[in-house]
Amino acid sequence: MLSFFVNTPRAQTTFDVTVLAGACANCHGTDGRSPGVIPSLAGRSQSLLSAQMRAYKSDASPVGTTIMNRLAKGYSDEEIEALALYFSQIPADQSVRKKGGG
Amino acid sequence: MSTSTKLTRRQLLKTFGHLSAVSALGYCANVFSTQRSAGHVVVVGGGFGGATAAKYLKRRHTAIAVTLIEPAPQFYTCPFSNLYLGGLRDFDAQTHGFDELKRLGVHVIQGYVQDVDGVGKTVKLVTGQMINYDKLVLSPGIDIKWNALAGYDQAAAQRAPHAWKAGEQTILLKRQLEAMRDGGVFVMVAPANPYRCPPGPYERASMVAHYLKTHKPKSKILILDAKNNFSKQSLFMDGWKRFYGDMIEWVPAGKDGNVIRVDANQLTVQTEFNVMHKADVLNVIPPQSAGLIAQRAGVTNGSGWVPVKAQTFESSLVPDIYVVGDATIAAPMPKSGFCANAQAKVAAAAIVQALAGQEAPQAFWANTCYSLIAPDYGISVAGVYRVMEGKITEIKGSGGVSPRDANDNIRKLEADYGVAWYNAIAQDTWGTKV
Repeated sequence: MLSFFVNTPRAQTTFDVTVLAGACANCHGTDGRSPGVIPSLAGRSQSLLSAQMRAYKSDASPVGTTIMNRLAKGYSDEEIEALALYFSQIPADQSVRKKGGG
Repeated sequence: MSTSTKLTRRQLLKTFGHLSAVSALGYCANVFSTQRSAGHVVVVGGGFGGATAAKYLKRRHTAIAVTLIEPAPQFYTCPFSNLYLGGLRDFDAQTHGFDELKRLGVHVIQGYVQDVDGVGKTVKLVTGQMINYDKLVLSPGIDIKWNALAGYDQAAAQRAPHAWKAGEQTILLKRQLEAMRDGGVFVMVAPANPYRCPPGPYERASMVAHYLKTHKPKSKILILDAKNNFSKQSLFMDGWKRFYGDMIEWVPAGKDGNVIRVDANQLTVQTEFNVMHKADVLNVIPPQSAGLIAQRAGVTNGSGWVPVKAQTFESSLVPDIYVVGDATIAAPMPKSGFCANAQAKVAAAAIVQALAGQEAPQAFWANTCYSLIAPDYGISVAGVYRVMEGKITEIKGSGGVSPRDANDNIRKLEADYGVAWYNAIAQDTWGTKV
């Protein structure tokens, strides 16, 4: 499993991005690979993912937004960046072997 | 923590001896080579919380031995069971098995855990079998508090189903609905907080209304509520008016909606101010508590629910027992399948760290609950949570319900995303592929 640790100023305990990303899988699929109409996150570019989350977080969320504006407001800019990096490093295709084992 | 486990080699072979030779060898080799540092986690319950805990323990650290104990060979979800009542879904689609967990190396036991010894760190099955653990995860869901509402016991539930634990009860309620005459009254008794799935009764009323509108349009739905307000209330009420006219009548506690007695044989209920209501189909959603095994394990408090340490979901009362899902006191997180899954992932990460003698990582959770009011007309509530000053806290400015003025395109998208959510979480939890 992809797993890396970074320190954030607000954290008293260790920050583990896989824990932060845990709930994303409930709609976007395990490891961000969606089985349905909700977009996949795995293997998308970090800049695209973070730009999209920041757009949802802003008061001018994209047309057609349903729930992501309400969720994105719960994450700091640093957390959004960490999530974007994390999902960008997961291969979109499950058959591709992950870097760093899994 | 201590690095030794209490499972002897003989016990392990006895426990896992029925596995095929190849997988048993592979499994035990795994256990023995790393046993000292990895440990044994027992998970009780195969629902959203338990199955997720077992899966994510294995994903985080394959060398941890994980045993999942669940009484049923398959699990039926409450989420989306209302769509089955509405005629929009087959019951088979509610069904999930444990094959993926077995593939991941989880030892799945079909059995009923009768007791937990939190000091000796063992669980006892009804068969008498004892299993030791280093860490225990309880995900028992809810139990009905029989007779907490006068007249509502197990026998009454056969006449007036609760259908609040998915399975036979759900099918029974569906059959009663199908047998009801056109022009009949479907009476629902809705409980006070806290209970499993806060918007659930009102989605159920919507889906029953959809069924009745389609097949028995002269019928009525009467909701007698022990509360004065409910989850996503204005969205539900807007939707009811639009799709079902005056078919659904909601009576809050303040207008004598509080039911104090049920007569399941007569299909009548009595309110606080002695008004009797007669039903053609009576659906009683009764008071609830944490599942029985939580009480047996000594992790419940006077409320009947389970207090937990916010950071890890370890019991506040008994060390090395982690409790996730509907059984816990986790407000402001609701009792939802989504939250059970999210809590289980946090607990799994904490357990893996604890078994290695490390601190738990920072906890994060989110929730999304979709409700369907009519086909192609969905609404949602969302929340993002973390620990602040030792308490589970909803992030200010985040979360909330769908906008009241959203257009039909947004409602259709939320209906579609609800189905997509179900399929995604079913795959994430049990590996179910649609």
